[in-house]
Amino acid sequence: MHVFETLRGRTRLRLRATPGDLAFEGLSTFIALAVVGLLVLITVILYLAAAESIRTYGLGFLSGSVWDSVSQRFGAAPFIYGMLVTSALALLLGVPVSLGIAIFLSELSPAWLRIPLTFIVELLAAVPSVVYGLWGIFILGPAMRVYIEPGVQAVLGFLPLFQGHPIGSDVFTAGVILAIMIIPTISAVSREALLAVPDSQREAALSLGATRWETTRLGVLRYARAGIFGAAILGLGRAVGETMAVTMTIGNRAAFFGSLFEPGQTIASQIASRWLDAVPPLELGALIQLGLVLMLVSLFINLFARLMVGRFLRVGEGAE
Amino acid sequence: MHVDKISAWYGPKLAIQDISLDFEEHSVSGIIGPSGCGKSTLIRCLNRMHETIPKAKVEGQVLLDGQDIYDQPAVSVRRRIGMVFQKPNPFPTMSIYDNVAAGLRLNGVRERKKLDVAVLESLKQAALWDEVKDSLDKSGSSLSGGQQQRLCIARALAVRPEVLLMDEPCSALDPIATAKIEDLIFDLKKDYTLVIVTHNMQQAARVAETTAFMYLGKLIEVGRTRELFERPREALTESYITGRFG
Amino acid sequence: MRFLFDRDTRRRWFDVIMSGATLLCVALALLPLGSILFEALVRGAPALTPTFLTQSSLMGGIANAIQGTVILIGLTALVALPVGILTGIYLSEYGKHRLGGIVRLFVDVMTQTPSIVVGIFAYSFIFELSLLGFFPPPLVFSVISAVIALATIMIPIVARTSEEALRLVPTSAREAALALGIPRYRTILRVVLPSCASALVTGALLGIARVGGETAPLIMTAAWNNDFFNGLDQPIAALPTQVYRFAVGPSLAENRAAWGASLILVLLMLSISIASRAVIRLRAVRR
Repeated sequence: MHVFETLRGRTRLRLRATPGDLAFEGLSTFIALAVVGLLVLITVILYLAAAESIRTYGLGFLSGSVWDSVSQRFGAAPFIYGMLVTSALALLLGVPVSLGIAIFLSELSPAWLRIPLTFIVELLAAVPSVVYGLWGIFILGPAMRVYIEPGVQAVLGFLPLFQGHPIGSDVFTAGVILAIMIIPTISAVSREALLAVPDSQREAALSLGATRWETTRLGVLRYARAGIFGAAILGLGRAVGETMAVTMTIGNRAAFFGSLFEPGQTIASQIASRWLDAVPPLELGALIQLGLVLMLVSLFINLFARLMVGRFLRVGEGAE
Repeated sequence: MHVDKISAWYGPKLAIQDISLDFEEHSVSGIIGPSGCGKSTLIRCLNRMHETIPKAKVEGQVLLDGQDIYDQPAVSVRRRIGMVFQKPNPFPTMSIYDNVAAGLRLNGVRERKKLDVAVLESLKQAALWDEVKDSLDKSGSSLSGGQQQRLCIARALAVRPEVLLMDEPCSALDPIATAKIEDLIFDLKKDYTLVIVTHNMQQAARVAETTAFMYLGKLIEVGRTRELFERPREALTESYITGRFG
Repeated sequence: MRFLFDRDTRRRWFDVIMSGATLLCVALALLPLGSILFEALVRGAPALTPTFLTQSSLMGGIANAIQGTVILIGLTALVALPVGILTGIYLSEYGKHRLGGIVRLFVDVMTQTPSIVVGIFAYSFIFELSLLGFFPPPLVFSVISAVIALATIMIPIVARTSEEALRLVPTSAREAALALGIPRYRTILRVVLPSCASALVTGALLGIARVGGETAPLIMTAAWNNDFFNGLDQPIAALPTQVYRFAVGPSLAENRAAWGASLILVLLMLSISIASRAVIRLRAVRR
């Protein structure tokens, strides 16, 4: 390794002289920095385009609960609320299923099933969002209205969260569809976290007389918990930004909701469903300001997830 | 413990062939041989760890108290026959206390008092108690390599196995930590039957009462350690212990 | 002893139950996938008539949407592939120091930025430039605007997959070429890039699969067009936006058309995905 480095360093020094090398390295560095600049540009442009709305509504935008283009009052609170509730629902339903998939694929599955099943689960990510939306309108929505929501209501109907007449085009349906859409992300990342657990951990549990499940719980899940947590956060990042499938199933009502069986709106779905009808300049500006909020939220979530997954992988390597 | 005509495979590859061997109770048995001779495979067959590797296969019998362990559930076999591995493998997300208690908890022991007693005894038996008694809630991975290995021994002892298998327990340790483990092995034999795999002949000579020499998946010779080292019957054994190969 | 036996039996049952539960999770995930494919096939196939496939959406067909998607993917790839691959070259070959780490972090963050935010960006970018007098304002809904959005989505994906592809090439191959006195940039272009060509193709296909299915940014930038392509400064139809319009349309005929269009879209996206994985597996970017 050391020898390679010196060799590389020396050849590089010698070759620095070639103008072609300088030009190519300069070009690729310039392009790479331009890509970094693009992210900065996105932020700046969003801020500029929302400037008027930001000036008009300030921080009160975040707590305002009315979206009315006639009286020109715009507030983001119902959409932030909708985003939080649908994402929480998606995680609540999606994380256990994804974790189950990851455990099956990395610990329990017969070897011949592993690769094809992994591949098929990943195909869930290849279906475009709008097709999920279409399926949500015509298949999942009616199924929710007729079977699932009354069923949930029969068991949990005493909670305010599950009251009202199920309509199938509501927050609950949007949450379920989000859960389905984040499964490939969470299961793939947590599967990688489980695969990164050294076999010596499994052997430690097995040699104490643990069953296969106990081995998974004791030797594998505990070891990989930071990575699994990071996977869930990555899924959350995907859920908050998901647009079309939610827009098509959530019922599009720009207000707070008390029950999951009521229509609502997330930040992303509000932007998408109002964009072409928005009244410039203020409503459009307010939508762009919503987009800025969404960008910051997703930026925060993804940096956090990266930190978690990155730290886990470092710890994992250190232990080996 | 009696091993009767054990053969083991990795996929189509035969790793050990037709090995029959006795391990005396309350004594230390050593298994030596050059790397790749199958000694680790053999010891992994003794508590059914070999079969946890995909495509691995075992044939033959291992009798413990007259009963074949391959007729019993693997989970209960592994509880009666504990194992310590080459690299220390404590559970890094658990405290020292929880590491030792892990096996007992699996078996449904919940009472804090019982656990406290068992943890104390096991750590004492593993000669680790004095070093960790004030930091039982620290992570198992905060210990040094030698301490981690003794923690793993304590963890294995906590479920009160009848036999303790050790697969090159000192290969990742420095000489001082190695000496401590060897002392420990010496102390443990009054309570347990020990089987230790090592590629270090001096170690076998120091700790084992009987020693078996393996080569290319076959058992070449077995006998009292002293006799095996001083008057080997087989030419292969002699050239190995005199350092002509291996 | 009897107690112990009972407990072991319980533990064995629990083991079986939990294994079954994880298998059930796999089944739960495959159920929607199966249902989507099944419904798209059953409801979409009858809609696929010759008129449907050859007429524009003005006549209830999707030919203009297919054409639009092909044009958008083509133009986006034209912009995003060179930029993305050069960024990948920087990350793998030059960016070994702190700056490289920063670039990688930014690129990673960009791959995770919600596509609707990118849609707003492309719209606002054109809009702000038009305020400065660069473009006429209607350009906010145009092919140009849409390509800016899609390229912004595709560039970071291609950058990360290309970086990973380039890293597959062993250092020894580079050193062998360098030792022959071949300049570094020619080594990269003539030795390194060709020897990981298939992995680069995978990365490109992953990027295409991602932008080909994007809907929200297109609604915000390309809007819709009932006619075939009629200029870079005009709105354009695309398969995903067409599926959306058919889906939310009031008539049954439109809803049938939505399934027909989504059958084509799903087949297109799945085959690109499968093709990309068939070449080689990369894990850098996932949706």
